[in-house]
Amino acid sequence: MSHIVETCDIVRVFKGHDKPVKALDKVSIYIDEGEIFGLLGPNGAGKTTLIKILTTLLLPTKGEAYVGGFSVSKEAHKVRQMISLVSGGETPGYGILSASENLWFFSQLYGLSSSSAKARIKQLMTDLEFDEYAKTRMSKLSTGYKQRLNLARGLLNNPKVLFLDEPTLGLDVLTSKKLRAYIVDWAKREKEGTVLLTTHYMAEADEMCDRVAIIDRGRILACDSPLRLKQKLEDNFIMKVEVSSVQADFSFVDDMKGVIGYSQTRSIQTDTTSFKVMLTEEKIFSKIMLKLKEQNLKILSANEVEPTLEDVYISLVGRGFEEGEKTTHET
Amino acid sequence: MKRDEVLHNLKAAYARLWVRIKGGNREPEWLAAEVVMPVITLSAYIFLYKMVNAPSEYAGFVIIGGTMMAFWSNVLWNMSAQFYWEKEIGNLEVYLVAPISRMAILLGMALGGFVNTALRASAVFIAGILIFQVPMVLHEPLTAFLIFFLTIGALYALGMMFASLFMLYGREAWHTANLLQEPIQFLSGTYFPTTSQVVPQLVQLLSSLIPLTFGLDGIRRVAILGQGITDVWLHIIALAIFILVLLPLARLALRYMENLGKKEGRLTLRWQ
Ligand SMILES: Nc1ncnc2c1ncn2[C@@H]1O[C@H](COP(=O)(O)OP(=O)(O)OP(=O)(O)O)[C@@H](O)[C@H]1O
Ligand SMILES: [Mg+2]
Repeated sequence: MSHIVETCDIVRVFKGHDKPVKALDKVSIYIDEGEIFGLLGPNGAGKTTLIKILTTLLLPTKGEAYVGGFSVSKEAHKVRQMISLVSGGETPGYGILSASENLWFFSQLYGLSSSSAKARIKQLMTDLEFDEYAKTRMSKLSTGYKQRLNLARGLLNNPKVLFLDEPTLGLDVLTSKKLRAYIVDWAKREKEGTVLLTTHYMAEADEMCDRVAIIDRGRILACDSPLRLKQKLEDNFIMKVEVSSVQADFSFVDDMKGVIGYSQTRSIQTDTTSFKVMLTEEKIFSKIMLKLKEQNLKILSANEVEPTLEDVYISLVGRGFEEGEKTTHET
Repeated sequence: MKRDEVLHNLKAAYARLWVRIKGGNREPEWLAAEVVMPVITLSAYIFLYKMVNAPSEYAGFVIIGGTMMAFWSNVLWNMSAQFYWEKEIGNLEVYLVAPISRMAILLGMALGGFVNTALRASAVFIAGILIFQVPMVLHEPLTAFLIFFLTIGALYALGMMFASLFMLYGREAWHTANLLQEPIQFLSGTYFPTTSQVVPQLVQLLSSLIPLTFGLDGIRRVAILGQGITDVWLHIIALAIFILVLLPLARLALRYMENLGKKEGRLTLRWQ
């Protein structure tokens, strides 16, 4: 069976401020019908760029991509008939119109008949639990409800491939959970519903996706099921240490042998730093502990942890997600 | 297959028109302001003309000018910047991903804008005629309507072209619109006839590049001076040519800009 989504060596270069930016570098992935596929990567990794190419909003600089067997650059119209795109953090529509009026409007872009549009809108609003806000102006909806509306819009045409760009961006835990569950449910219920979602939430990728591609600086570093990606780390030791002082300095591990990578999270409120380090051998950890004691840091906890998708990323890149993001923010 | 596609696009255009009308009239307090302000402007010109003892038809000229200006403002302020604005609120992306002709969206926008403006403009027109007791000499109402609708068609076709051109050029679009408002008010002779002696020939020539000029002059001749189709047939042809040229140009501009945007990655980029 051929794949419903396929990209072949996609390169995308943008004109940067001073020098060109390579947002995608020879990206080749495929997605099968019915799969929920995740693109996981830090800010600036190229996730949105790939989604834009697949949804015909952007042309690849090199390479070609196919959705449903149609070329995104040459048969855009055919591609558009089978997809929809929902970008988290965006709220397309008209603030002055009510939720259901907005949905009706969008349904007309897909040529739905009046009666089937109405039925579909009612169904989606009930399923996504915002039917009580049907008559509320969009501008008066809270972020969570706007996002439900946005997702409902993406499902109006019952797309063959649903593209979701950070669908739970900025949402509260409960709403995120609901939307995730609904998306999974939709894909499984429809059987042939395929989803490509981008995220920088590890748990989201882990929980929802059949397969995940880890992307960093425009390159796909790994692509497999979350379980298998994590299994590859079985031979490593992942230790988590929590120390007092938000200013704890871990940079000494940079030169240590046997350190695959690490990440750190600092909390100003509790004046602590949480440090996660991936090692080839357990005994290296005692060296690290020694160094920490030399710094007169109080060790609040230290234990081995199960690998997560973040650790997969650390093992590939040598740093955590957050660190990567910080450096991109600075530039 | 072909017929389905046309139907589908018409549905999309209608939906866009519906949004425009629904959204544009949901807050009636705006409507009042949009009628009262132009009437005040008109009054100022009419009093001015009365003070300098201009011929009495001038009041009629001013009212027709002010009425048509409402459409021109709508084309400039709403149509031209529309795609840019839609881009800012995230709608453009949704339009471009949908399997519809972008011209359908533009058409819906134009028709919706026309209907909304027509509501306001006719209020201004009627108020003007009643307040200032303007004498109208209208022998051929059909000719007047024909010229009016041709003018509207040409104006909105121009608006469709601007909308496409401005899609990628964010703030510059606003500046351009700003730049165009005043000179066109002047050039097209909104508040005085361009054919009069006071306006130099160069200005007359320049002003004929704008469909508004022909429309205004034509309507004034038919509605106020009592002329007929034999006097204004050139106006009619000129306006028809405007439409026939501008519509395909708009389509071309739209395609060109969309492609450029897809190449340069600017279709959904904000605040540029
Ligand atoms: N239209 C554009 N013009 C110029 N550069 C761009 C454009 N779009 C993206 N880029 C650059 O390409 C790179 C990848 O951006 P992209 O938006 O795809 O990342 P992302 O993975 O979606 O990140 P985020 O998590 O922040 O959404 C970044 O360096 C970005 O600055
Ligand atoms: Mg992104």
